[in-house]
Amino acid sequence: MRRAPTTLAALALCLALAAPALAADKPLTFGMLLVGPYNDKGYSQAQYEGGKYVEEHVPGAKMLYLDKLNPADRPGVTVPQVVDDLAAKGATLIFAGSDDMKDGIREAAEQHPELTFVHISGDDVLTGKAPKNLGNVFSKMEYAKMMAGFSAAMTTQTGKIGFLGPLINDETRRLADAAYLGARYAWEKVRGQKPEALSFKVTWIGFWFNIPGVTSDPNQVAGSFFDQGYDVVISGIDTPEALTVAAARRKAGADVHALPYDFKQACDSAPEACLGVPYFNWGPALLPIVKDVVAGTWKPSFVWLSPDFAALNDPDKSPVGFLPGQGLSAESKKALDQFTADLGSGKVDLFAGPLTYQDGTVFVPAGRTATDKELWFCPQLLKGMEGASASK
Amino acid sequence: MTRRAAPLVRAAWALAAAFAVTLGILLAAGAPPFATLAVMAEGGLGSQAAALRTLAAFTPLLLCGAALCVTFAANLWNIGVEGQITMGAIFAQGCLRAADPAGGLPAGLDLALGLAASALGGLVWALLAGMLRTHGRVHEIFSGLGLNFVAMGVSLWLILGPWKRPGMASMSGTETLDQALWLPALGGRPMSMVGPILAVAAFVGAAWLLRRTFFGLTLAAVRQNALAATRLGLRPGLRILAAMGICGALAGLAGGILVAGLYHRLIPSISGNYGYTAILAVLLASGSLLALPAACLFFAVLTVGSVQLPLSLSLDSSLAGVLQGVLVLTLFAARRLRPLSRRREP
Repeated sequence: MRRAPTTLAALALCLALAAPALAADKPLTFGMLLVGPYNDKGYSQAQYEGGKYVEEHVPGAKMLYLDKLNPADRPGVTVPQVVDDLAAKGATLIFAGSDDMKDGIREAAEQHPELTFVHISGDDVLTGKAPKNLGNVFSKMEYAKMMAGFSAAMTTQTGKIGFLGPLINDETRRLADAAYLGARYAWEKVRGQKPEALSFKVTWIGFWFNIPGVTSDPNQVAGSFFDQGYDVVISGIDTPEALTVAAARRKAGADVHALPYDFKQACDSAPEACLGVPYFNWGPALLPIVKDVVAGTWKPSFVWLSPDFAALNDPDKSPVGFLPGQGLSAESKKALDQFTADLGSGKVDLFAGPLTYQDGTVFVPAGRTATDKELWFCPQLLKGMEGASASK
Repeated sequence: MTRRAAPLVRAAWALAAAFAVTLGILLAAGAPPFATLAVMAEGGLGSQAAALRTLAAFTPLLLCGAALCVTFAANLWNIGVEGQITMGAIFAQGCLRAADPAGGLPAGLDLALGLAASALGGLVWALLAGMLRTHGRVHEIFSGLGLNFVAMGVSLWLILGPWKRPGMASMSGTETLDQALWLPALGGRPMSMVGPILAVAAFVGAAWLLRRTFFGLTLAAVRQNALAATRLGLRPGLRILAAMGICGALAGLAGGILVAGLYHRLIPSISGNYGYTAILAVLLASGSLLALPAACLFFAVLTVGSVQLPLSLSLDSSLAGVLQGVLVLTLFAARRLRPLSRRREP
């Protein structure tokens, strides 16, 4: 009885050891820690595909991934433990995908000074907490959110735009603010409408996705937006309820639209209701980091990547994209292209002052534009938006 | 067949059936069945580090399993353990973040207070459900489930609101506790032996309480016939509250150990479904106190070992969850379909 598990364990060990031993000439093995399922058609899948992209473009590179790394799905499993495993399997570079992993990845970096760590969405370098082997990278989704807001404001008939927000923190406030700035620009500068005729309301559900009993139900929130005359809903959450509800309302005869988030193919489930999707494209964001690590030239820094405005939806170029949906009219799409070009050339800078927070304090004074640090730490929604700036 | 051996035979038959179904599923999923099982076993027990992780998952499972045995003994369908763990974690975090490691009380006392607070938190939460049952005629299934959600909501609110770390609130949780307030660890790993020791002690205590004391006997009386228990002057309402309270305290303690011994801070979903998994473990052990630690260990190995599936075999790690569910279902089905069945229901 005792022997059987030992034999099986030995067999497993052989299998595990054989795999890396075959690939002998020391190519890079990197670890990828995903917070959600690798096939979630959302935030985590975008990162998984970024890792696959790196595998394709760096000869010999091999990705080891672990998905659903969160305490609900993997109780008792911590980030440092998984990093120990990855290191034992030969990984020398570790990507951690989510804000949840902030402390875990720092702890792991301190325990493994010989490895390189990159925390996606983190800010330890910015706050000075990062050890020497930990860097940060994120993409400026703000610009894609501006395009989402722009598309929404170009389309709305009622002048009322809803923003389906997740939980409230600096990142989510920042993205809601960006969507508002894009919408306001389209409304006032392109459509020539009166500022007071635009209503932009943010409703937070309380988490990145629906947890029955804990969060507000995003189906209900999206539905109530449409009930109150909001005819476009921009989603800030990781799941597609806004688009699903919009599609159902369209079937019932309402002329409403929505914009999902995170994943390039997100419009596919209801193309005619979809105005477009802001999405992450991690391949071109991660590739330079991996190349630097291979060349030994990597330095820890806080990297916050802007989109490639001239090649927004080129999978090899822009770390952030905005893919217009079928619901966007040809005319609006033309205006969107112009808007994108103007953002790229710097002709339009929506983060230029004067900008004011909801309570009247100055965000950016007139005459200059916001710094990265001012943008990153975002305490409030902007003046002109409706909705809570903090959880009560 | 002696009465003591009966559960073992039953378990062996059920396990064999479950094993066969498991192999079938793995084959159907296109996974090499034996290698997959071996990788999971190896990942859960194959090295000292792996064994420590399994122990870390085993600790809250055993605590919650023991807790559930107490309420099952009184015929209570207590599924509020998740919330009681969360409340325990919240109380422990509240107590420990208020502690001053530099001055005042010695760290050991701070920790003891933190763990006591966690037991209190779980107790209060369980008593809420218990009182809704005894005084409000709300079945504990509904109140327990509802209070689970409320506890999770409270923890999220604290993490993103009043207890948010300096600077940006993070889903990574509250600010990490001062190292002096961590349960003493072993060999530099984030793992404390205090938790497992407390869990085993709690389990033995619960077993003693149920098997060897008058209180345990009265719970059995309440379970078997509440009306008769009332007539006998056993005051079932009070017994129910006591059972809920004990259960809550143990579950809360599990939450406290997760804060002080594993995560060292309050994180979202800190209860990690241990409360639900423990229900499965108790069901798997089919009420046998003797089999409970083995069932808990089994689930702990499965949870920890499944991490290796994507890493070693590029298999979808949901497979472990599927296996877990199918195993429990098969075990139940197998018990009904068992040959040589001279069924005598408890």
